Amino acid sequence: MFNFTIDKTPKKDLSNDKTYDLIVLGGGPAGLNAALYAKRKNLDVIIVANEIGGQLNNTKDVDNYLGFKAVDASRLIEAFQSHVNTFDVPTLTGVYVKEIQKSDNLFVISLSTGETLSSKTIIYTLGGNPRKLGVKGEKEFQSRGVSYCVTCDGPFFKNKVVAVIGGGNSAVDAAIDLAQIAKQVVLIQRSQLRADQSSVLKLQSLPNVQIHLETDVLSFNGQDVLKSLSLYDKHHESTIELDVDGVFVEIGNIPNSDLASEFVLRNDQKEIITNELQETKTKGFYAAGDVTSMPHKQVIIAASQGAIAALQAAIYINKGE
Amino acid sequence: MAKLFSNEVSDQIKDILKDMINPISILLFVDKACDTCKETKQLLEETAELSDKITLKTLELEDAADELSTYDIKRAPSFVFLDHNGDYRGVKFNGIPAGHEINSFISAILEMSGVEFQFSDDIINRIKSIKEPVDIKVFVTLSCPHCPGAVQTAHRMAMLNSNVKAEMIEAQTFYDLSEKYNVSGVPKIIINETLELVGNQPIEAFLDKLGK
Repeated sequence: MFNFTIDKTPKKDLSNDKTYDLIVLGGGPAGLNAALYAKRKNLDVIIVANEIGGQLNNTKDVDNYLGFKAVDASRLIEAFQSHVNTFDVPTLTGVYVKEIQKSDNLFVISLSTGETLSSKTIIYTLGGNPRKLGVKGEKEFQSRGVSYCVTCDGPFFKNKVVAVIGGGNSAVDAAIDLAQIAKQVVLIQRSQLRADQSSVLKLQSLPNVQIHLETDVLSFNGQDVLKSLSLYDKHHESTIELDVDGVFVEIGNIPNSDLASEFVLRNDQKEIITNELQETKTKGFYAAGDVTSMPHKQVIIAASQGAIAALQAAIYINKGE
Repeated sequence: MAKLFSNEVSDQIKDILKDMINPISILLFVDKACDTCKETKQLLEETAELSDKITLKTLELEDAADELSTYDIKRAPSFVFLDHNGDYRGVKFNGIPAGHEINSFISAILEMSGVEFQFSDDIINRIKSIKEPVDIKVFVTLSCPHCPGAVQTAHRMAMLNSNVKAEMIEAQTFYDLSEKYNVSGVPKIIINETLELVGNQPIEAFLDKLGK
């Protein structure tokens, strides 16, 4: 009934005057695991994040994190946070990073609070923000029928008709979750489904789910609130008007990598390119999780990358480079 | 009656409330016809038991008179915070602060008690420059992890400027309001009835919307 995430971080542990060994930017699985590993290596580490949980906050259930079987995503976040808290890692939440600069071999982070923090190393784990479809009406009807967060907005669509756009794991899992609440769920994908076979089979077994493959979304329509979608069925070369109460767009994320641009190389998707040790082109600057070019966006992979980055940061600091 | 807080959550909150500086009061308005009033009252009572710096007073809507206009109470369950001087600082919740909203609720207690929150000098000056009345409604669902941040930002603005009133509205309890403001996605922020923000926006976005 309660998703308690407030951290009891003593203010005295946060200092503008000191130099940290490591600042972890981001509070998702990659960032939390990086902080855990760093602290166990005795690094003076601080987590700076807007929200604890990162993109995992937009997920309802996780079925593939080793050791947890099927677990509510918010419970998994609590378990991660509680584990990190046992090591007394200071955590600054509810803040935004404005700028990262480098001066005399130190990284200086400017925060939305007006504070600055400096550190010998950075692990950048700022994930991404939901990718928009970019078709007519999408912006106009956001939060008036168009949504990007099933856990947040699912409850509005009890016994209603909703569409889910996308064909990856996020979209298929969203459709499965919504099928338990909504009267009918229509999954729309421009090509074929790419989700795990077990999820696809589950989706196909649900009586109130329809799947439209090879279908493009042309526009979101309505007046004040979303009323329908205009679709183009590429297979039958026909246009369809679908009446819906809501739409969930689940087509991946845009990496939140702009703040790191000076220190890293990025691919054409704006994902940060790292080597297998999570190193970037700048010594002491590491990246981990969904913001990187790792194609498999998975909780356990993000957490592992965080661990690798922290271990590598510890080696870098201990070498005194 | 079974407790709403598990021992673990209760211990966590008790530990956090030790940081409270000044005493505060919470004024809860309930109504006999209200579905979630009983549970909200229980939640607030269990919270008040965790710190001797919290005083809870519960009023039935039908018994309240002046309070309804003083605190602009239009529905139940609804509750407001008063600081150690007994002053209303524009911080209101409509609906039970369970699920993720427990975080904005506990934050509001701490900050109303005088625990400092950090804004840059520039932001504080921008908030203080608001001279006209500002009404902020933040619609939430209890399953929304991004919502407490938006509620907290709105409440902080209210605490820093007496012209600003900020309220959390639990969208499913107050479905009529959700319909009125076309809310089907949260957090959704309505400023002065007409301006809209979607998502857990930074304080700058609130101020930009207000032209401050």
